[in-house]
Amino acid sequence: MAKTQAGTFFWQGNQACAEGALVAGCRFFAGYPITPASEIFEHMALRLPQNSGIVVQMEDEMAALGAVIGASWTGAKAMTATSGPGFSLMQELMGYAFMTETPCVIVDVQRAGPSTGQATKCGQGDVMQARWGTHGDYTSVVLTPNSVQEMFELTIQAFNLAETYRTPVVLLADEIVAHMRERITVPPLEQLTIVNRKRPNATETQFFGQKEVAPMPSVGEGFNVAVTGSTHNEQGYRFTADPLVHKQLVGNLIEKIRSNADKIADYETYNTDNCDVAIVSFGCTSRAMYEAVEHAEHKGIKTGFIRLKTIWPFPEKIVQSIAQTAHTVIVPEMNLGEILYEVQRTVKDAAKVVPLNKIGGGELITPEELLAEIEGSVKTN
Amino acid sequence: MTEPFTIRKYLRDLPLPFCSGCGCLTVMNSFLRAVHELGHKDLSKFVFCSGIGCSAWIPSPYFKADSIHATHGRSIPVATGIKLMRPNLNVVIFGGDGDIAGIGLSHLVHAARRNIDVTVVMVNNMIYGMTGGQVAPTTPFGIKTTTTPYGSFDPPLDTTRLVATAGASYAARWTTLHFKQLKDAMKTAVTTNGFAFVEAVSPCPTTFGRRIGLKDAAEMLRWFKQNAMSKEQADKMTEKELANKIVVGKFAHRKKPTFSDHLQKALKEAEKTAQ
Repeated sequence: MAKTQAGTFFWQGNQACAEGALVAGCRFFAGYPITPASEIFEHMALRLPQNSGIVVQMEDEMAALGAVIGASWTGAKAMTATSGPGFSLMQELMGYAFMTETPCVIVDVQRAGPSTGQATKCGQGDVMQARWGTHGDYTSVVLTPNSVQEMFELTIQAFNLAETYRTPVVLLADEIVAHMRERITVPPLEQLTIVNRKRPNATETQFFGQKEVAPMPSVGEGFNVAVTGSTHNEQGYRFTADPLVHKQLVGNLIEKIRSNADKIADYETYNTDNCDVAIVSFGCTSRAMYEAVEHAEHKGIKTGFIRLKTIWPFPEKIVQSIAQTAHTVIVPEMNLGEILYEVQRTVKDAAKVVPLNKIGGGELITPEELLAEIEGSVKTN
Repeated sequence: MTEPFTIRKYLRDLPLPFCSGCGCLTVMNSFLRAVHELGHKDLSKFVFCSGIGCSAWIPSPYFKADSIHATHGRSIPVATGIKLMRPNLNVVIFGGDGDIAGIGLSHLVHAARRNIDVTVVMVNNMIYGMTGGQVAPTTPFGIKTTTTPYGSFDPPLDTTRLVATAGASYAARWTTLHFKQLKDAMKTAVTTNGFAFVEAVSPCPTTFGRRIGLKDAAEMLRWFKQNAMSKEQADKMTEKELANKIVVGKFAHRKKPTFSDHLQKALKEAEKTAQ
């Protein structure tokens, strides 16, 4: 069984991610073992060679992402998967991939940090690292799945966005969605949208730093493409001192993503135009939200939510809109407050923004804890 | 030999960035001569990777070729990704001793262990040149640099010997003074199946030579000449006698399966399970 089959399955999240990558057209995977992401690597090691792809275990995470970047320049869709400590090491090459406009997918299955932390336990502490982890001015595209189904779907979407915008895309999963098993439906593959990068015509010579995403050649095709992480012009020639070249390059790289933020923004909403209390959530934490909202409504509290599938670029418009109706916005996270700051920045004084945080032991915020916060916000208001 | 060598046919029409007396020019020259003598009219069958440092600029963007100028130390992983997906291209890596034997050493050792079919040209100027002359893993013992003002107190790494031990198909060291041997080593490296490593000991008069009393490239080359000795000669000497000598010659040249050979077998196994 080489190709991924349509049908309904009972899969682990990491397996769904790997199958999603295969369906998206991934043909190269380089990795380094790390809990709780290793099953993606292991599944790819089994499945990718059955689909005429190559998997290699590198000596560390920098080498893993380096090999992915090299493979991407041969025209292949390429991916790696890691967790917090490895994600930290990859930041160097994430900046390189951004600067050189190299499409690739990096899966970060979050665990409790900092440092080795609790290696087998869930956390959501990499939200800001996924946005700001590398040095310099840049912007990120980051997706957050909350189910096994979305480990599959958003992996495909991550490849599509990487190919569309020629940029690294992070699938920011977490230990819970990665390790749990649940039902997943793989639709007939022909129904899925698969995006491939824009290729240059034979006479083109400008492959970098344009306002519109530039076409991407592959090595070995005669384009003589010069790729560099140093500041460069449209041909890839280094300009390491010219202020205008730097300003224009970095500006265009950021703008090609920022100007499409509305298109990239993906979220699920419920009752956003008629709620007194709203929840803004993402990833595994959002799974407690459905039950909490149901109970709150049963108790007569008008409750709504936004569940973010894209956290970067931060979907400001929808979050702003919910604050027009809700007096309180609750932000549950398995960290000590990260996406909270974006919600506060976006909502400003239009509503009260309340954090609900829990860390350690991989324990989810429970529906009861979230319900108590909703009820409390009604009493104090 | 069909047509005479001209370096310009392989280069973009850009001014080169190297200091007067820099060995990078000799390394560039010897490599492109090797390519010419191997019958390549252009560089269309090559992809070049490099990291950060002066010698990383040898191919990027000056070679009229595909070149990937990566981050510091990561040229070999990037080259690995390319080679695995495009086995028919000659993948050649240029880098300095800091890039290849310092920050990127682990990648070097593992690439040699895998015996992946790429060529690494390490330009060893015994110093961090681009950043202004800090001590390198290859700096001779006892040398004063900007970060060892009282003399370096760690011995240098014998990178070529390490690569040979790690399992490379080919490993050789020459200095830029040994132009013909260096060029011939490049030819062997490019045509060898498996991991090939050429170390070119190279003068950096700007941040190294003039600070150790060798005021120009000529004096540095004289210093190379005085301290260079063949591997055969060196094999008979003690470690103490060899301190700060430059041992030149072939450290490994053997026929053995490459990473791709093993990978192809694994892929055939996978095909069977896919049916």
